[in-house]
Amino acid sequence: MSGSATASAAAADPAAALRQALKRSERREQLKAAALVLPLFLFLLACFVAPIGAMLARGITDSDVARILPRVTAELGRWDGRDLPPEATYAALIADIRAARDAGTLASAATRLNYDVAGYRSLMFATGRSLTGELAAPARATLIGIDPKWGERETWMSLRRAGGPVTDFYLLAALDLRHDAANEIVGAAAEQAVFRNVLGRTLWISGMVMLLCLLLGYPVAFYIARQPPARASLLLFLVLLPFWTSLLVRTVAWVVLLQREGILNNLLLSLGLVTEPIRMIFNRFAVYVAMVHVLLPFMVLPLYAVMKGIPPSYVRAASSLGARPATAFRRVYLPQTLPGVGAGCLMVFIQALGYYITPALVGGADDQMISYFIAFYASKTVNWGMAAALSIMLLAATLALYAVYNRLVGVEKMRLG
Amino acid sequence: MMRSPSLRTGLLAAAALLLSAGAAARDLTVVSWGGAYQDAQREVYFKPFMAAGTKMAEESWDGGVGTLRAKIQGGNNNWDVVQVESDELLLGCEEGLFEKLDWAKLGGKDKYLADAVNDCGVGAIVYSFVLAYDGDKIKTDPPKSWADFFNLQKYPGKRALRKGPKTTLEIALLADGVAPQDVYKTLATPAGVDRAFAKLDQIKGSVVWWEKGAQPPQLLASGEVVMTDAYNGRIAAANDKDKKNFKIVWNNNLYTIDSWVIMKGTPNKADAEKYLVFVNDPQNQKNLPPKIPYGVTAKAATPLIDKNVLPNLATAPQNMAGALYINDKFWLENLDKLNQRFNAWVAK
Repeated sequence: MSGSATASAAAADPAAALRQALKRSERREQLKAAALVLPLFLFLLACFVAPIGAMLARGITDSDVARILPRVTAELGRWDGRDLPPEATYAALIADIRAARDAGTLASAATRLNYDVAGYRSLMFATGRSLTGELAAPARATLIGIDPKWGERETWMSLRRAGGPVTDFYLLAALDLRHDAANEIVGAAAEQAVFRNVLGRTLWISGMVMLLCLLLGYPVAFYIARQPPARASLLLFLVLLPFWTSLLVRTVAWVVLLQREGILNNLLLSLGLVTEPIRMIFNRFAVYVAMVHVLLPFMVLPLYAVMKGIPPSYVRAASSLGARPATAFRRVYLPQTLPGVGAGCLMVFIQALGYYITPALVGGADDQMISYFIAFYASKTVNWGMAAALSIMLLAATLALYAVYNRLVGVEKMRLG
Repeated sequence: MMRSPSLRTGLLAAAALLLSAGAAARDLTVVSWGGAYQDAQREVYFKPFMAAGTKMAEESWDGGVGTLRAKIQGGNNNWDVVQVESDELLLGCEEGLFEKLDWAKLGGKDKYLADAVNDCGVGAIVYSFVLAYDGDKIKTDPPKSWADFFNLQKYPGKRALRKGPKTTLEIALLADGVAPQDVYKTLATPAGVDRAFAKLDQIKGSVVWWEKGAQPPQLLASGEVVMTDAYNGRIAAANDKDKKNFKIVWNNNLYTIDSWVIMKGTPNKADAEKYLVFVNDPQNQKNLPPKIPYGVTAKAATPLIDKNVLPNLATAPQNMAGALYINDKFWLENLDKLNQRFNAWVAK
């Protein structure tokens, strides 16, 4: 028995026994610590990391066609891509389409193929309908007889590209790129290109919102930081108040305020400042106003926390050494607030990147950010591959910016309070 | 441990009994779109049908071919007759989710509007995308066509259109002078698509895009836009409930049809067919439009409809003339590419 063996060893060497006991108790402490973190860790793993990972994986995997049309996928894996595939590949496609039609699974494969080439969907279904009974001719002649598209190399190239298991189709599409007939990567046709433009716009709007928040939030935080505690906490309460109102309510309130026959326009009209209503909604102006309003507290709070910690004596010392107020502010006060500026900007910018509801409700068609398109593909057209690829773009942009920030400012210098 | 055979057999027998009892006990289940529409159907179809001697239950759904796919592929389908939109009809029929209809039992295909006849479905209601404006705001020389919708000089101000290529591209071509019967032929060519977008370019800066059917009447009421495209039922409802004076231009309206289908493999097929015969009787169909302004599909029903109601329906002869049937087959093929192009265009 191991127990008695340990006991005899302990009798032989008391120092080793002590070491072991120590190790045991350390291990127990570690286990306790792990047990405290474990529930949250498991929760995050099960409810956050795993589903998001699975969702993002859809942007780079392509399993539908290989699963539903396995024989032809295997055959095309051996095809050199020159001329047309051999007779065996045609025969494999016929067997696959028949099986898929009878199993009722042809739709998912056809939907995926139609993403790449418009018309592939009905090609698949028309072929499925025509393949009844014994074949009267060899497989290739039969298929080309059903639709001449089966005699075009591009039809087969597209089928091969959809064979998975991994694909760059969605990621390329999210960057306005595609494979051409020669399988080279080329830019999408000008009238089909949208996502680079949208990604640029997303970054631009987020940057503008961040700047506006900084310009509006800095003086407010500066003012609050210099008030006596009672008034400061009242003012902070006012800053926080919007946090306790739903985002949707705040956004819709802006619609009511800014619309054509809304409160603001009626006021301007009745004061005689304008002769006809100004257009203030469904444009970029409304997006900036509503997003700055929602995100401003995320700028004010870190700024206030940092400013509160700056002893007033520093600026007084600068003044007593002859610095004018502007110089003292610029050279002594401002540099000390930079960690708060960095934290506020990063929080506002990264949150703004993912904004969806606010631009959707108050913006126009050319003010929609990348999240709008993610939602469009996820829920409207149910093209999850495209939604995932755009999400990967958004995540990559966020991480890249974080890395740039870390390089320039240093995350360890960031202070939230 | 093995359960004693007698217990196991007993349990199985009980389960089988329950299952078969459940299947046999299920009444004909009819599924529609809920709300005011299903309220009207209940009065006009469900109650009289039950009074005529067949038990039935009703349910509501929100559409989506995925729901029907799950019912059939999951193997425990509990729906018999479902009202579907035209794209669900097309997809579901292609995928074998519905029974093929026996048209002889339904009185032959000639009894119905041509677009209401499908292998798997028979049309239930006809409704339209129309041009609408506020009659209190445009009093003199009102718009009469989609060409007027694109005329910014004559009718200055914003207009609203449904966000997305479907219906929008058709409207652009109609406004550009393409005859209804040539719209999809034109749209099937790259030059035709370019032509539609070029037409839309003319008003791009003046368009407010809507996404939910409730928005167009709101946009008209708030004065945000001078004209909009809209579902005719929504405009009629706004006039009816909110006492608005919205006007509809029926010229070149775009119409679509919701259909009844029978779910594949239903045990209540005979009752389902009996139900379809009942709701397609012109004497029964004529009672629906007075309750809700949707057209019905039996040719003989339209002349029987109340003369005050008829002009509000997509199926009124004067409204049908020059109307365009929205071609779901075209959109099923081309929606991916045209969505992308539309998104690219609208975002520029």
